[in-house]
Amino acid sequence: MADASTTRRTQEFFLGEGTAPGTASGTEGTENLLVNVGPSHPAMHGIVRILTELDGERVVRADVEIGYLHRAFEKECEIGPYNNAMPYTDRLNYVSPLINNFGYAACIEKLLGIEVTERCQYIRVIMSEISRICDHLTCIGASAMELGAFTAFLYMVKAREFLWEAIEQVTGARLTISYGRVGGVKADLSPEIEAAVRMAFKETREVLAEVHKLLTGNRIFMDRMQGVGALSREETIGWAITGPMLRACGVPYDVRRATPYWVYDRMDFEIPVGEAGDNYDRYLVRMAEMEQSMRIVEQAVAAIPGGAVNVDFEGRPLVAPAEFVDRGKLGKTGGLLLTPLRLSPNLAGQERPLHDRVNVPDRRTVLPPKETTYGSIEGLMNHFMLIMEGFGIRPPRGEAYFPVEGANGELGFYVVSDGTDRPYRVRCRPPCLPPVAALHRMIEGGMVADIVPTFGSVNMIGGEMDR
Amino acid sequence: MDGPAIVARLTERFGPAVRETHAHRGDHTVVVDRAALADLLRLCRDDPALRFDLLMDLTAVDYLKYPGREDAPRFEVVYHLYSVPENHRLRVKVRVDEDDAVVPTAVPLWPIANWFEREVWDMFGIRFDGHPDLRRLLMYEEFVGHPLRKDYPVSKRQPLIGPRT
Repeated sequence: MADASTTRRTQEFFLGEGTAPGTASGTEGTENLLVNVGPSHPAMHGIVRILTELDGERVVRADVEIGYLHRAFEKECEIGPYNNAMPYTDRLNYVSPLINNFGYAACIEKLLGIEVTERCQYIRVIMSEISRICDHLTCIGASAMELGAFTAFLYMVKAREFLWEAIEQVTGARLTISYGRVGGVKADLSPEIEAAVRMAFKETREVLAEVHKLLTGNRIFMDRMQGVGALSREETIGWAITGPMLRACGVPYDVRRATPYWVYDRMDFEIPVGEAGDNYDRYLVRMAEMEQSMRIVEQAVAAIPGGAVNVDFEGRPLVAPAEFVDRGKLGKTGGLLLTPLRLSPNLAGQERPLHDRVNVPDRRTVLPPKETTYGSIEGLMNHFMLIMEGFGIRPPRGEAYFPVEGANGELGFYVVSDGTDRPYRVRCRPPCLPPVAALHRMIEGGMVADIVPTFGSVNMIGGEMDR
Repeated sequence: MDGPAIVARLTERFGPAVRETHAHRGDHTVVVDRAALADLLRLCRDDPALRFDLLMDLTAVDYLKYPGREDAPRFEVVYHLYSVPENHRLRVKVRVDEDDAVVPTAVPLWPIANWFEREVWDMFGIRFDGHPDLRRLLMYEEFVGHPLRKDYPVSKRQPLIGPRT
């Protein structure tokens, strides 16, 4: 025993037998140690396995293994009609699901050759930017927490809560929102959105100011982030990394500016860029982007056509949905089509006057408003034609790629249509797969303790990466 | 450079090796012979007027059940290129048969092709000649078959695997 203990290294005493099958390193008398980080590890937010080869505290080699959250998104899209994929897209990047919804819908619209209404474009911009702020808040909060700054995490989650409430008012859900539709959105904005956004942004700005004081000049935070996990500009482009991580290297590439979609070209915003491409610059870029996103939302809310969303039905009788159906069953359909209807609360925002404002005027694409469906035979037929198997949205044969700026970079959908009502092939270009592919380049040569902050700045979202 | 000019430049340079071109919905696309693919991609990256420095996406499509393509090669490997300095895009496609599903690798040109190609191998069973480490990316080693192929049933189950010994 005494002999063995003199030849064994300290790590082996701590980690037990069989932990050192590593290869010999340059230093005399030592060998490298293989350590598995993950797939399920308390310090990793996400299920990913990093197999590291360590020389003392230094990472010599790393191999990243993904796929633990794979659930065949692309295959599942092929088996249902086009709109059926919408809930699956929620679960790609589940921190900013609205952007995925709209990105997918926009790709199908490109394939169909239709353009959504102006009001809908504004709604998409507003909701996407709110989503982006939520995503950045989560990313920065989580990576600060992993460095021990728990306060920053709590503050940021508090701000996110207000934003989620605004999202909930519009979509009816906090995370699995399924708000996008091919040709429009599920429902119009709620009348209170402007107040909710104003309140949420006030809170968010206060939180950001506090976090700036807590983190940006913090000695510990800076020492842990500056110069860590850096990638050169060439390498970042070579690894197809987009979004905040590319902008942190000083490349001002942003899909919203490079190929503007919806009404982004009417918005006045800046593209924050960094210089060093390290974790600290990525943090600064994300912090600055949140302010820009808030500016965009404020401009869009002010400029959205149609003004306030409240549609006034004063003086006209509102018919309850059940009574509406009963009258139809009795054949008393005269005038029903034009009667304003009070829909049940979970369909709020889908009333007929709102429906036309947020959806394309294309009956082959968008479900008719519920009043029309239940009030007229034409509406009912229209509804059935879109829902029945083999009918529905049928883009002409062809293919289209549509990129949007996701919170982590370019989110692209590539869809191939064979002319039927279900997509032949849906490909999602996940923005956080490239940075994870390049993760080994960021952590090799660094310290073990730097894996976690670098991993945090990559902002891996398993749902999106593994699909 | 705008889309038609890019396509014209490539057609001029590669002649009949560029099988067909189209611009459906404004996405400029060239379909190229497999033999010319590596040269074409290299030219796309290095030509001073093209400068496609970013391989935005690399994927494949299985045309097994696509109406009207019964006699055409089964797979298409699809490259989406983007140029950061020039701000233009191009889609490059190459067709391969099932019994000869091999495409030259793009790893020497863009490092990200490493993972994208692993995913295509994993999902479609298309091999990339010269790839340094062609392992499955999303599925596990014991998985049999390639799930995004059209003849892989969506409801197919595979046996659960225990811990590796």
